[in-house]
Amino acid sequence: MRIAPPRGLRPRLVVAFVLVAALSALITAALTFRQARSAILDRTQNSAVHDLRLQIDSLAPNLPDDPTDTDLRTFARQLDRASGSRGWHTAVARDGGPLIGTANDVSGALRDATESGDTTFYEREEHADGPRLLIGMPISYTDRRGKAEKPSGLVAYAVLSLDGERADISALITAAWAGAVPALAFAAVPALFAARRVLRPVRQLRTAAEKITSGALDTRLDVVGKDELAALTGTFNTMAAGLERDDAELRRMEANARRFAADVSHELRTPLAAMAAVTDALDEDARSGTLPPDTADAVLLISGETRKLTGMVEDLMEISRFDAGAAVLHLDDVSLRTVVHKTLHLRGWREPDEVITELPEEDLRLRVDARRVDVVLANLIGNALRHGAAPVTVRATATRESLVIEVADEGPGIPDHVLPHVFDRFYKADAARARSEGSGLGLAIAMENVRLHDGTLTVANVPDGGAVFTLTLPRTPRQEDQS
Amino acid sequence: MPRVLLIEDDPAVRRGVVLGLSRNGHETEAVGTGEDGLEALVAFKPDLVLLDLMLPGMNGLEVCRRVRGTSRVPIVILSARGDDIDVVVGLEAGADDYVVKPAGAAVIEARMRAVLRRVAPAQADTGPGTGPTRIGDLEIDRDALIVRKNGEELPLAPSELKLLLFLSAAPERTFSRQQLLEDVWEHSYYGDARLVDACVMRLRSKIEEDPRHPVYVQTVRGFGYRFGPLPA
Repeated sequence: MRIAPPRGLRPRLVVAFVLVAALSALITAALTFRQARSAILDRTQNSAVHDLRLQIDSLAPNLPDDPTDTDLRTFARQLDRASGSRGWHTAVARDGGPLIGTANDVSGALRDATESGDTTFYEREEHADGPRLLIGMPISYTDRRGKAEKPSGLVAYAVLSLDGERADISALITAAWAGAVPALAFAAVPALFAARRVLRPVRQLRTAAEKITSGALDTRLDVVGKDELAALTGTFNTMAAGLERDDAELRRMEANARRFAADVSHELRTPLAAMAAVTDALDEDARSGTLPPDTADAVLLISGETRKLTGMVEDLMEISRFDAGAAVLHLDDVSLRTVVHKTLHLRGWREPDEVITELPEEDLRLRVDARRVDVVLANLIGNALRHGAAPVTVRATATRESLVIEVADEGPGIPDHVLPHVFDRFYKADAARARSEGSGLGLAIAMENVRLHDGTLTVANVPDGGAVFTLTLPRTPRQEDQS
Repeated sequence: MPRVLLIEDDPAVRRGVVLGLSRNGHETEAVGTGEDGLEALVAFKPDLVLLDLMLPGMNGLEVCRRVRGTSRVPIVILSARGDDIDVVVGLEAGADDYVVKPAGAAVIEARMRAVLRRVAPAQADTGPGTGPTRIGDLEIDRDALIVRKNGEELPLAPSELKLLLFLSAAPERTFSRQQLLEDVWEHSYYGDARLVDACVMRLRSKIEEDPRHPVYVQTVRGFGYRFGPLPA
C-alpha cells in the first residue's frame, strides 16, 4: 500500500519538524551510545588485564623452572581463586599445547596471536553463554638470579563473562529510547505552534482571496512584521486595491453607457410623441388623394418610419429598465390556454393556418407575469412567422417543476454561425441584408423577460428543417412580490 | 364631440396632440402648466382632461388631486413610461386611465372613448326602472349612476363608478384583473393590472368602513376581485 504524502501545509510542516527532531535525537543517541559502550568495555578490559597481570606476576615466581602439568593445573586453580569479583576462568598452555585449567573454547586466532609474541592480546566474542572477554597473556618470569625476564613459553588464558557490561549497555539503550521518544513527542508541540504561526497569515490570505472572489473587493489585510509572508500580504493588498479600482471604473463606465442609452431614448421620446400624435392624420391625408403623389409617398414614408422609430425607442427603454434592474414581475394566476390564445388573438394570428397550438389536455394554471409572457410568446411566434415559414407550432408540455413551451417553424432553420447570437442586441445575421421590421431587440427583450421569471430560453435547429425556440418556466416562481 | 382639456408642457407635443384631436373633431383647449389647467377646468368645462404628469411648477400629480377635489371629470394621464413620477401614483391620485407617450392620435382617441363610455355604461344590462339596489349600507342606482352610502352620495370618479357597477352586477363572482381590464377599462388582456389595483384602492377608501378589511370589494388572493359576500 502506498502512503500518500500529507496534503496540507500544516501536517507537512509538522512531519518535517518531527523528522528533523528524530534524526538529531537519533544521531546524538547513537554517538553517545557508541562512546559510552566503548568506554565501559575498555575500562572492564583494562582493569581485567591489569588484575590478571598482577596475579600472574605474583604467582608465576612460584612455578618451578620446568613445571609439570600438575603444577600448571595448580597454577590455574590459584589464578581462578584469585579472580575475586570478576569471576574469570583461567587455563595455561605450554608452547601451543592443550589448555590446562578451567577456561575453555579459546579461539584459535587468539592463541596464534599470543603464542607468536610476548604481548597480551584480548578479544570479545559472543558465546552461547553470553558475551565473553578472552585475554591471552604470555607468562614471563624473572629467575631467581635476578636476570632479565625471559619468556617461559607459557601462556595464561582468562575468560570473563561480560553479562554485567551487557546489562549496563542495554540500560543505556533503554535510557536513550526513554529520552528520545518524549523528546519527539515534545517536538510535535513546537512544530504545531510554528506551523500555526506560519500558517495563520496564509490562512488569512486564503480567506481574503475567497472574499474577493465572492465580490467583496474592499477586503484588505493587516501587514504584520517584515517577513516574506508580510511582503506577500502587502502585494495582496495592492492587488485587491487594483482590482477594486478597475472594477469601480468598469462599473462606472458601464453605468454611464446604460444611462446614456436610457437618456437618449428618453430624450427622443418627446419629439416622437409630437410626431406620433399626427402620423394618423398624415396617413389619412396621404391616402385621400388630395396630395401630389410624391408628397403623399413622402408623407407615408415619414409616418411609417416614425412608428418604427417609436417602437425602437420603446424597446430601448424596456432594455434600459432591465439593465437598470428596474423591471419587476407582477405575478398573477393565469391559465396557459388563455395566455396563448390571447397572444394569438391580439396579434391577429389565425389558427391553424398561421399558428398550430398543442397544449396539454388539462388546462394549467401558471403563476407568471402574464404581460411579460405575452411579450415573449409574441416575439417568438412573430419571429418564426417572419423568418421561418408558417405554420408555426406552439407546443406546451408540463412537468411537476416546470412548463416547457416550444415554438417551432417550418422554415429553413437558422444558419449555424447565427445561432449563438440570436439573443444578442441588434445582431444582424447578414450585414448586407435589409433591416427587418423589428427593432433588433425583440429576442434580447424576450430573453430578459424569461430571466426575470427564472426561466431559460434556448434555440436550436431541428434535423428536418426549421428552428425551434424552447422556453422553460419554473411552475413555482421564487419571487412573490404581489398579493 | 367631447371637449378635451390638454395639460402638457412640451409645445411640440401639445401642438401634435391638439392637431390629432382636432382632426377627430374634438374641441380642444391646450395649456402648458397645471395652474392654467385648473383655471381652464372652470372656464372651459371640459368633458375629459388629458394630463401630462411631468409639469413645471405644480406637478401633474397635484393637478390630478386638485381636479378630483372639485370635479368628477374623467382624467387620462398622458405619460412617458419610466418617467420619474410613476403612473401608478397618478392613478392613485384619482386618474382613470393612462396613455403611454409616444402614442398616435388613434390610440389616444380610443382611450378617451373608453373612459367616456365608462361614465355612461350600457343601460340595457339592467333594464330601465329597476330602481336603486341596497347592499349593506350602499345604495346603487344604476339608472341615475349614483351611489349612496348611508343616504349620502359618494363622489366616485368614472372608473371607480364603472368598476363598482360592474362588480356589483354579478355579486360574489370573482373577476381576474385581466378580465376587469378588458371589460371595465377596455384595455387588452395584457394591459397594466396596476390600473385595477389602484382603482380598487380608491374605491375602497370611499365605500368601505375600513379599507384595510374590505367587505364590498374583496380580494381573492391569486385570482382577482369580487363583490361581497357581506358578512352576516
